[in-house]
Amino acid sequence: MNDIYDEKMEILVCCGTGCLANNSYRVYERFKEILGEESEVAVKPLIKATGCNGLCEKGPVVKILPKEIAYFKVLPDDVDDIVEKTVLKGEIVDRLLYFDVNERKRIVSHKDASFYKHQHKIALRNIGEIDPLCIGDYLKRDGYRALAKALFEMTPDQVIGEVERSGLRGRGGAGFPTGRKWNICSTYESFPKYVVCNGDEGDPGAFMDRSIMEGDPHTVIEGMIICGYAIGSNRGFLYIRDEYDLALKNMQAAIDNAREFGYLGSNILESSFEFDLEIVRGGGAFVCGESSALMASIEGNIGEPRAKYIRSVEKGLWDKPTVLNNVETWANIPPIIINGAEWFNKIGIEGNSGTKVFSLVGKVKNTGLVEVPMGTKLNELVYQIGGGIIRDRPFKAVQTGGPSGGCIPKEYMDISLDFESLDKIGSMMGSGGVIVMDDTTCMVEVARYYMEFLSEESCGKCTTCREGINTMLKILENITIGEGQLDDIDLLLQLGETIKEASLCALGKTAPNPVLTTIRYFRHEYLEHIKEKRCSAGVCKDLTTYYIDSELCTGCGLCSRRCPVAAIDGKLKEPHIIDRDICTKCGNCFTVCPRNAVKVGGANYEC
Amino acid sequence: MDVLANSRVMDMAIDIKGDYNDSMDIIERYPREKRYTLAILQDIQRKYDFIPREVMVLMSDYLGMPISDIYSMATFYKALSLKPKGKYIIKLCNGTACHIRGSESIREELETILNISPGETTEDGLFSIEVVNCIGACALAPVMLINEKYYGGLTEEKVKAIIDGIKEGHR
Repeated sequence: MNDIYDEKMEILVCCGTGCLANNSYRVYERFKEILGEESEVAVKPLIKATGCNGLCEKGPVVKILPKEIAYFKVLPDDVDDIVEKTVLKGEIVDRLLYFDVNERKRIVSHKDASFYKHQHKIALRNIGEIDPLCIGDYLKRDGYRALAKALFEMTPDQVIGEVERSGLRGRGGAGFPTGRKWNICSTYESFPKYVVCNGDEGDPGAFMDRSIMEGDPHTVIEGMIICGYAIGSNRGFLYIRDEYDLALKNMQAAIDNAREFGYLGSNILESSFEFDLEIVRGGGAFVCGESSALMASIEGNIGEPRAKYIRSVEKGLWDKPTVLNNVETWANIPPIIINGAEWFNKIGIEGNSGTKVFSLVGKVKNTGLVEVPMGTKLNELVYQIGGGIIRDRPFKAVQTGGPSGGCIPKEYMDISLDFESLDKIGSMMGSGGVIVMDDTTCMVEVARYYMEFLSEESCGKCTTCREGINTMLKILENITIGEGQLDDIDLLLQLGETIKEASLCALGKTAPNPVLTTIRYFRHEYLEHIKEKRCSAGVCKDLTTYYIDSELCTGCGLCSRRCPVAAIDGKLKEPHIIDRDICTKCGNCFTVCPRNAVKVGGANYEC
Repeated sequence: MDVLANSRVMDMAIDIKGDYNDSMDIIERYPREKRYTLAILQDIQRKYDFIPREVMVLMSDYLGMPISDIYSMATFYKALSLKPKGKYIIKLCNGTACHIRGSESIREELETILNISPGETTEDGLFSIEVVNCIGACALAPVMLINEKYYGGLTEEKVKAIIDGIKEGHR
């Protein structure tokens, strides 16, 4: 028999949120229809719905094992073709292969694509490879082996020692050493103790936690049980955003499954150790990602942070010692226990061991989740893995760290992605959102956007945060509509410093960062808005007019066809003209023009 | 305008008043502990699409908490609403990735088509618009969720077609 009839053939259909939105479940069902039990097709591959493969932009993704053939943008109608050619004859369907923008060719196995080949997967190791609802799949890939090793071959102190030596730091943003946190908590003789998972991922532009909970829920559970054993806790909570339907569903199914198999509950693996987990759904408040607010919310209160004179490792949930780690941190624990601290330490750079998952989004060609060793250079991330800027437009900035982070300009493209380097230039790691911006992104407007976000999400407890952010927002709004004053910039800086000084929690203390970094690196854009009444990115509509450079225009007519209000006039092969009285400044003409003949002028631009 | 909106809210509240008895079934699924307040409120929100005052009174009795505490929870958390929402809840993502890929013009288009602002519900009770923070589907930006379904890579034309499609199905 031909080797393609190998019984081990598996078809993995990505059913992460990104692919599901593009109908991947229909693709999965179609495979089942054609190749299922009832069908007459001779081959019966294993068909699995997996978690997110990372490259959501090109979804739905279908992988065929053991040959490692990966198809992208697969529609339900393509399934018949895949079955006929690939499943039955072992041929490849060229048109569905990944097109590598860097190497300018189609690639059979996704592992050879530049998006994947520079990655190093630890936290995401199983995602896209297993069916998250099948505990057997997890077990086959070393699942719960770390737990068995910890319970039977290590003392709690040895477990803590291993995590400490690994140098793992919290992946939720602040980068506190995980092992030290566990160690401190283990020293308090107050019971019960709690283990908490922060799955309230709220940073706009970050979705790695969601992907892990959806695609590999058991790794989070295993990490938490190991921590419970290490610090002497029998009870854990997972605080998950209510909007994350699939994550909640898969996590709950995994908990039930783990209980059934004896990994949760009393007498785990007959070791006499007891530990159980419960899910708490978040209420949709960004501030609940802050540790003390999150704990208040689990207790059934509104999510207001408290002053942390006493850390939550001593008095956390219900005033008991509590270890709180983020989803990605938990996912790193089982591999560290299995492979040892030295192995983990060799990855990354000194003081920043291991890998970090980044969500590479915005104006970049390959949008998706990327896991790379700490210390990877920013330009490798954006250009090698990300494939560069959409439409090859000029790069302007990268925003990291969500609303608490900052904008990094081109001068720092070779910066190392680690906690300290990012802090040093005024940004931060945060949860790992990397938002790429091109020349059509206005930095003043981005700062305004974050202030708007934070003014809504401030819990209102501290005056500086509640009123200060609002005032900064009003000033920025004025600048974007052309009513800015020159001394506004100084006022913004002063307000920023005060909010940082006088707010209680990390939300307020870091809130001014997007404004402060944009002023630091893009002051010229602020001045352009204030003095020249001009937004060169064409985003602030009150400060924008579009016009066509008659010397560059070839009269191809593309802009006039794409104009939604018929404001562009001109004969074919002759320069076109935009009628400003009709133009709604949507910017379509600017983006579609193949000659860059459409230009952006200021509010008072005269043709 | 506000008065009108409020009276509509009152009418709708009265309409479904008969159903509140069911709410005890939801409440009693949880032990009488304060820490379940948010979970109960979320289940109530899911059932009625808002938190009726009457149910807050029932919860206050059951949990032995002052109604003001429950009210403060219901107003603090974004997932909860004191006003009834439309049959189709449009959650337009305004996360950073969506924002810089033009979610603002999608919002304007939705406002024009439906003639309501974010936070409001159409006269016929069919649609509500909510502008939400990142829903974690950045690769699909700009994206919106209508009830449980994701719509990605939005343009003004697509939005119009999607809304028209839903309206069509309701004729």
